[in-house]
Amino acid sequence: MTNWPVILSIAKTHLLSKIKQTATAALGVTFGIGSYITLVCFMTGLNTMLDDLILNQTPHVHIYNEIEPSQNQPLSLLADLKNNFSVIHSIKPKMSQKKIHNAIPIINYLNKDIQVRGAIPEVKTQIFYIAGSIELAGNLTGINVMDEARLFNFKNYIVEGTPEDLDTNDNGILLGAGIAKKMSLSIGDRIQISTIKGDIFRLKIVAIFQSGIADIDAMQSFANLKTVQRILGEAENYITDINVKLYDIALAPSLSKKIEQQFHLTAIDIKTANAQFETGTTVRNLITYAVSITLLIVAGFGIYNILNMLIYEKMNDIAILKATGFSGKDVQIIFMSQAMIIGFVGGVLGLLLGYGLVSFIDTIPFRTESLPTVKTYPVNLDPMFFVIGFSFAIFSTFLAGYFPARKAKKIDPVTIIRGQ
Amino acid sequence: MNTVLETKNINKYFRKPVLYHVLKDINFQIKTGEFASIMGKSGCGKSTLLYILSTMDTDYEGELLLNNQLITGQDRNHLSYLRNKHIGFVFQFHFLLSEFTVLENVMLPAKKLAEKTSKEIEHDAFEKLKMLNIDHLAYKQASRVSGGEKQRIAIARALINNPSIIMGDEPTGNLDSYNSENVFNIFKQLSAEHNLSLLVVTHDEDFAKRTDRIITMEDGTILA
Repeated sequence: MTNWPVILSIAKTHLLSKIKQTATAALGVTFGIGSYITLVCFMTGLNTMLDDLILNQTPHVHIYNEIEPSQNQPLSLLADLKNNFSVIHSIKPKMSQKKIHNAIPIINYLNKDIQVRGAIPEVKTQIFYIAGSIELAGNLTGINVMDEARLFNFKNYIVEGTPEDLDTNDNGILLGAGIAKKMSLSIGDRIQISTIKGDIFRLKIVAIFQSGIADIDAMQSFANLKTVQRILGEAENYITDINVKLYDIALAPSLSKKIEQQFHLTAIDIKTANAQFETGTTVRNLITYAVSITLLIVAGFGIYNILNMLIYEKMNDIAILKATGFSGKDVQIIFMSQAMIIGFVGGVLGLLLGYGLVSFIDTIPFRTESLPTVKTYPVNLDPMFFVIGFSFAIFSTFLAGYFPARKAKKIDPVTIIRGQ
Repeated sequence: MNTVLETKNINKYFRKPVLYHVLKDINFQIKTGEFASIMGKSGCGKSTLLYILSTMDTDYEGELLLNNQLITGQDRNHLSYLRNKHIGFVFQFHFLLSEFTVLENVMLPAKKLAEKTSKEIEHDAFEKLKMLNIDHLAYKQASRVSGGEKQRIAIARALINNPSIIMGDEPTGNLDSYNSENVFNIFKQLSAEHNLSLLVVTHDEDFAKRTDRIITMEDGTILA
């Protein structure tokens, strides 16, 4: 029975005749939603950047052979001592190999798992970079360059040269920027390295990377898997580490447990390896949400306030509408629709304002040593934020309008008419 | 003659600040085409009675009949509909929606009723304004016309749905003698020419004397 055209035309007249108030209320929503969008896009953009800094370079599950003492010491084999309290001194790590036994079948097995985006082999070894009489300690990792680039955003950190250069050069090395600086080397130069055993090799620098973590840049360099195996004098099945990247990072702990049980290897998942990092992310997200909810609530109270005042000013109108045959519900809908119009217009403008500000932030230059590929401030333009922002604008104006409108519904016209 | 409005034993109490019996066993009828006025001293309960009759006040005992149908105890939405369709109201203070034009003010109750198209309503509204000689004000803002004109606009609005009865709460109380005379003549004309029932609460004895019937109230009861 609601007569929408009449009700909406009354609402429209109310809003337009008090255009300044209407604009103030709508701007309250606009700024609330606009700053929510700006804040949440910018904060999550920064968060993602910081996350990527660690996560992109870190495997979700890292499989290797841990050098550790055996849990079963010979003493425990003696049945006579079963119920005794034994003390063993000077336990030594168990003599075992660094390489993962049957690594290639394990990799093939993991790659077949649907949860796994990729499992790739690595050969890690300690080396020395030789500069004249100085020997700098470092790490050399043999990798499948193209797989690594695909799974670990390797490309983003290579500041000079390309992954392809490394892939195609059997005597090439991808040098950390820190070492390159220390030794005054650049692309095309040759560098001498020495293995722990003392063998010396000359490798050609084909690319230079900068990971953003200075310690790594000063130690680490990469070469092809085969090159490193050759340097170490090992066969092609000599693999020391397997890095696994999953589709869903949340599955990492369970998969790592499974691998440990199945293959008797050590498997560390990313959550265990970077527990403190995870906490940081959670706290930053918490702050983002706390601030955005505060902003939205403040905007909601602004609307509530203005609608409340509007209804006090319109007491006479409410009485007259009721006296001429508009029901309490009609009056309630009139004020509710005013609130919803304010919410809708303010919300849409807020989204536009937010989008504008975020786009602007996206163009502000931001250069940092640690992230060579980042040129401007990072933002995260997730459509979900816009959906949430708009929904909240509608929801909060609904609430802010609901209570004043219910008051208007209950106003007794007789009191007002007689009270004049 | 048909009965438009009838009350049967209406009693009303004010509960705050203390229990007070305002209306005591009110029984009367208004017939079609009758121009009645209610007189009485301040506080005798005449306005209270009028708001019960208008269906806006539902807190009473007894029965109220409009066009021979019991409307006591109907739900509020239906009462709103009845008020919209059958009752026109003119107040002491003009109570127009100040942000709307005169024409929109007059059209509003008919738009709410939604029995006619908006073209027809506009035509009707012009007719009513013409009848009251204020059609030249149609497109003016309601807040920009004089007091006497406002009261005529209010009458036009009360007439728009061709109601069964028009009720007035001191419709001339706030007007000078010239405009009072004007409003009275309009009421008289509506009653005589259009056979409309009118019930007007007034303090103005001259006004009351010229109506068809005077209902005198004292201390919550009807004397005559």
